Amino acid sequence: MALGLSIIFGMLRVVNFAHGAMYMLGAFVAYYGAQLFHLPFFAALIVAPIVVGGFGMFLEVVFLRRLYKLDPLYNLLFTFALVLIIEDAMRLAAGALGSPYPAPDILSGATDLGFTLYPTYRLFIVVVASVVCAATWFLIERTTLGSRIRAATENPTIVRALGIDTQRLVTVVFACGVGLAAIAGVLNAPNTNVQPSMGDAIIINTFAIVVIGGMGSILGSVITGFALGVLATIGAVYYPPIANTLIFIVMVVVLLFKPSGLFGNPAEAR
Amino acid sequence: MTASLIGTRRGAIVAAILALVGIALPFLIYPIEAIDIICFALFAVAFDLLLGFTGLLSFGHALFWGGSAYVASLLMVKVGLPFPLAMLLAVLYALVLALVVGLIAIKRTGIYFAMITLAIAQIQFFFAFQLSDWTGGENGLQLGARGSFFGLPLDNDRVYYYLALAFVMAAVYFVVRVVRSPFGAVLAATRENEQRAIGLGYRVDRYKLATFVLSGSIAGLAGALYAVGNHLAGLDGVDWHTSGKVVMMSILGGIGTVFGPVVGAGIFETLEYYVSKTPIGDKTNIVLGTIFAVVILIARRGIVGEILARRRARIEEA
Repeated sequence: MALGLSIIFGMLRVVNFAHGAMYMLGAFVAYYGAQLFHLPFFAALIVAPIVVGGFGMFLEVVFLRRLYKLDPLYNLLFTFALVLIIEDAMRLAAGALGSPYPAPDILSGATDLGFTLYPTYRLFIVVVASVVCAATWFLIERTTLGSRIRAATENPTIVRALGIDTQRLVTVVFACGVGLAAIAGVLNAPNTNVQPSMGDAIIINTFAIVVIGGMGSILGSVITGFALGVLATIGAVYYPPIANTLIFIVMVVVLLFKPSGLFGNPAEAR
Repeated sequence: MTASLIGTRRGAIVAAILALVGIALPFLIYPIEAIDIICFALFAVAFDLLLGFTGLLSFGHALFWGGSAYVASLLMVKVGLPFPLAMLLAVLYALVLALVVGLIAIKRTGIYFAMITLAIAQIQFFFAFQLSDWTGGENGLQLGARGSFFGLPLDNDRVYYYLALAFVMAAVYFVVRVVRSPFGAVLAATRENEQRAIGLGYRVDRYKLATFVLSGSIAGLAGALYAVGNHLAGLDGVDWHTSGKVVMMSILGGIGTVFGPVVGAGIFETLEYYVSKTPIGDKTNIVLGTIFAVVILIARRGIVGEILARRRARIEEA
């Protein structure tokens, strides 16, 4: 989740408020797919990012592209407007209350890890998330497309002069980032009810993770995401009320001592 | 840059018209609805003081609005303080909070500032949510009688409205004075060219911090007035959607124009009221979000800002 956001911001300098909404849409694609076409869970993991990614591409080409030349704040504001519209549209279409989305049978139950019993589905999430993170890292650091994307971020003018369509790259990256959010949405759907407000709860946390990890640092947001997940779990054991707040307290502390984030590039801090 | 209406004869006329609308309002719509409008108008003006005159976009102004709302209500319900004292302490709470948050956030600008303020506001949201013994959690904190203000019976909605209006007008006048002062001139200089302002020897960060504190305190006053007016301080007051709402109002009206946000808040609240009567019901954000998206795409100066820009363009042509 934070990964997609960090990619979009790091590569494009666009802050996507609508990321939570895309996450929610991913879960809804899985839900409606199952309701209407009996789409199995594993297929939904493929279909949802494609559908949502396509929608993201549409938004990027039609609207966001117009705002790149301006202060990035306008992007933030525009995507904020998108959140409001998408969320309320889904409330109108699907109702405010959530619908359950069951995990597939093979992933139910618990697995004996030798030292502890762990719910199979959570284990599955950890595995998929790790694979997706690794794949993203590979795509960006080790492939031609990845190097073009990085080059386009560094210096779009030169890259254009070399005959590469940077505009199209931007669209592709945006779609990928949004697609990642959709995968996260599908993965989390069985844990929470599929409901229009599900994106809300997560977006702020994601922002905090990205701020702590450092903007545009993929490795940073992954490590921070996992670390904070662990921290929140531990916090929940010892003093439950603080679990949700902990992440923000950490953020404030990090900002006080290392304003560019733990893994961020200080030169880009302002 | 957005031309300011302030200090011109036309500005005085606009101010007079707005004041007249304010006075007539409770006779046109429900007084409670009117209280909502003027409180949000003040909230938007406070927000605009920060965004329009320092360029800092706070996405966490619900921190002050909702926080002071709780403080005022708590002091009146649990401690039994009279209205004026509760108000004063509520504003003081916002002031101290703004000072602390400002010290952390002011070092950053742009999107970082927006996200930091948002995240800090979220801390307060979780506290309000968790400390449900005090805040009433999801039910909110009910407030009984409003009491009186130096003899004025505040439980009459119209009386309360006019008292709130007096507060709001005084606060808006104060903002106008701040903007026109040498202090405001330094802010404008910073907004236009921060490096040059620093070069001229101004301690820009202090000016920004002072503006943040002013903006937060006024937002707190607006929130406290709103909560007492509605007999309720609730979680939605500290929620980030409220922060977003004030952003939308200000930009819809036109940032940096002081009166623009007043107009924006009026239009916004009115629309919200009427849209909620249509089959869309409480999903008003479909309409409001769309309007806001259109404003961002084609009319970034906002309603008042666009009118001013058109007029100036016409004068220059002539």
